Amino acid sequence: MSASAQTTGIVNSLTTGRLPKWATWAILGGSWAIMGVVFTLIAAASDSEFNIAAALFLGTILFIVLIFVFALLVEGIRQAKDRLVTALVVSAFLIALIPLISLLFTVVSNGVPRFDPDFFSQSMRNIVGEGGGALHAIMGTLLITGAAALISVPVGLLTAIYLVEYGKGALARAITFFVDVMTGIPSIVAGLFAFAFFALILDDPGIRFGFGGSIALSLLMIPVVVRSSEEMLKLVPNELREASYALGVPKWLTILKIVIPTSLAGITTGITLAIARVIGETAPLLIISGFTASMNYDLFNDRMMSLPVFVYTQYANPGSDVQPYLDRAWAGALTLILIVMLLNLIARMIARIFSPKLGR
Amino acid sequence: MTTASPRKPRSTLRPADRIFAGSTIVAGSLILAALAAVAVFLIAQSIPALVVDPAELKGSPSSFWAYVGPLVFGTVWAAFLALVMALPISIGIALFISHYAPRRIAQGLGYIIDLLAAVPSVVFGLWGIKVLAPAVTPLYGWLVDNLGWLPFFAGDVSGTGRTILTVAIVLAVMIIPIITAVTREVFLQTPRLHEEAALALGATRWEMIQMAVIPFGRPGMISAAMLGLGRALGETMVVAMVLSPALVVNFVLTSSQNPATIAGNIALNFPEAHGVDVNALIATGMVLFIITLVINSIARVVINRRKAFSGAN
Repeated sequence: MSASAQTTGIVNSLTTGRLPKWATWAILGGSWAIMGVVFTLIAAASDSEFNIAAALFLGTILFIVLIFVFALLVEGIRQAKDRLVTALVVSAFLIALIPLISLLFTVVSNGVPRFDPDFFSQSMRNIVGEGGGALHAIMGTLLITGAAALISVPVGLLTAIYLVEYGKGALARAITFFVDVMTGIPSIVAGLFAFAFFALILDDPGIRFGFGGSIALSLLMIPVVVRSSEEMLKLVPNELREASYALGVPKWLTILKIVIPTSLAGITTGITLAIARVIGETAPLLIISGFTASMNYDLFNDRMMSLPVFVYTQYANPGSDVQPYLDRAWAGALTLILIVMLLNLIARMIARIFSPKLGR
Repeated sequence: MTTASPRKPRSTLRPADRIFAGSTIVAGSLILAALAAVAVFLIAQSIPALVVDPAELKGSPSSFWAYVGPLVFGTVWAAFLALVMALPISIGIALFISHYAPRRIAQGLGYIIDLLAAVPSVVFGLWGIKVLAPAVTPLYGWLVDNLGWLPFFAGDVSGTGRTILTVAIVLAVMIIPIITAVTREVFLQTPRLHEEAALALGATRWEMIQMAVIPFGRPGMISAAMLGLGRALGETMVVAMVLSPALVVNFVLTSSQNPATIAGNIALNFPEAHGVDVNALIATGMVLFIITLVINSIARVVINRRKAFSGAN
């Protein structure tokens, strides 16, 4: 662009024509119409079905080409490039919406048939074929994730307090760096670690139990909690701390009674989002918590089912009649998505309603 | 303190103060200890697989490294394909949200993209195998028929769509929200005055982005790509559910003989593994851990260097 500006042949956009405002939409509609006609003809000629996806896709490409050509003819190369990029950027956004809409649509439409009371009141014990439910998996998910939250929240929050209020020097720098490193641990490696750890400590080479899953999940959850709490604690204005010190309040009480209450909404939001992130984790639980068809309320003994692993095993190990297993898998996926969306919604509502009104 | 004043006012350290400060230090150190424990225990459980006679490993490879080599290739190849697809789209979305969409709805559009990040990976896997794979199978047939002379589409087409290209598409969808989130933040940090100066000189919106936004955001874009790559490398369930794996090394995108990935291989084989095979799987996990560690560290270094001169923090 700077090269063309130096040449003498630069186009003055004020003296060239302008495409009218409706031109963009007209060209878009025209491109789709042309491709629609072409594909109708192809469908008629080859006696196959009308391929609407291909028509829309090629129509959009035709539109991108046409808008560039028309703008080049009327407005000059600079405006043409601008319009080309605008069309590309908008279509990038729309392309990303396709999988999202398709995914939500299929999960809802396939999940609804088995999204019934049975699904939430029965386990898979002694079930072959139809019937059964995911109560054991939902129970396991709540227990495992709850235990993971019980470990991660105190550790993560205290670490964030250390980094913001106390930490200076090498230890704080090391913690900051390694928390960043921890955010990148693949979830399956966290599961392998929990397995390696407990298999050596408890001397059981085939160990599977729920609490190991909690350890693996908290390994994934702690860095998220630390990061978000740290950001929130940093937002508390120093004037509040100084006012508290000036009244003779000790540092620990200042943190407990002034700093944390002020940032509580943000911290709660961060924790809720962290739970939403780990509640859908499959791989670590598959490795260390295993799978079972029965209820298990004991975190420290025996295999424990969880909802993501339930979805996976229903898909991966179906019986002779596949359909009821697939139906249960989709219903489990729907439940899982609803839980995650609900947690996200709660997090945003907490952030909106309870956030302190800071004068800026 | 080298001042001459004899008395420096000091707050009295109460026991409660010490306990509280001490507990925060313990919590922080616990994180370091946990990470060290991850490394130590993974190494400890990997060693048996490295020293054992390779003939006892699954598939009887000539050595452990011959076993892990194709898996490393598959992991990197799938993640690379996903990145190639996701990066341009993510940058486009980030530009759309930060500079093209009407200001009032831009934040809402950002939430919509974040929704993609909220979908659990096992649901993506289910969608990939039940919806995407059947949908792309005819496309693969067309590609093999018409572009079969390219090495990527050589050989017979997979009849099920369970190929590495399908996996890479799903992985791309999964890393789009991550790359978008980071690049969007960087683009929004572009100094307003730079943008307005470019526009005031008569630049079109694209020329403004080329001159002001892209050069400013380049380090952020690079590190966002690396973070997305790190996520794609470690993704397990999609690969385990969608890919039909084989122990091969090839670049063909549409055949039924696909290179497996480390994470997918672990998830498929771990539940039934016993003896030294468990150790071998943990050792491959160790290799995956090291790869992602290197990628993520590079990304973090680039981000942190960027923070130093942006003045944003």
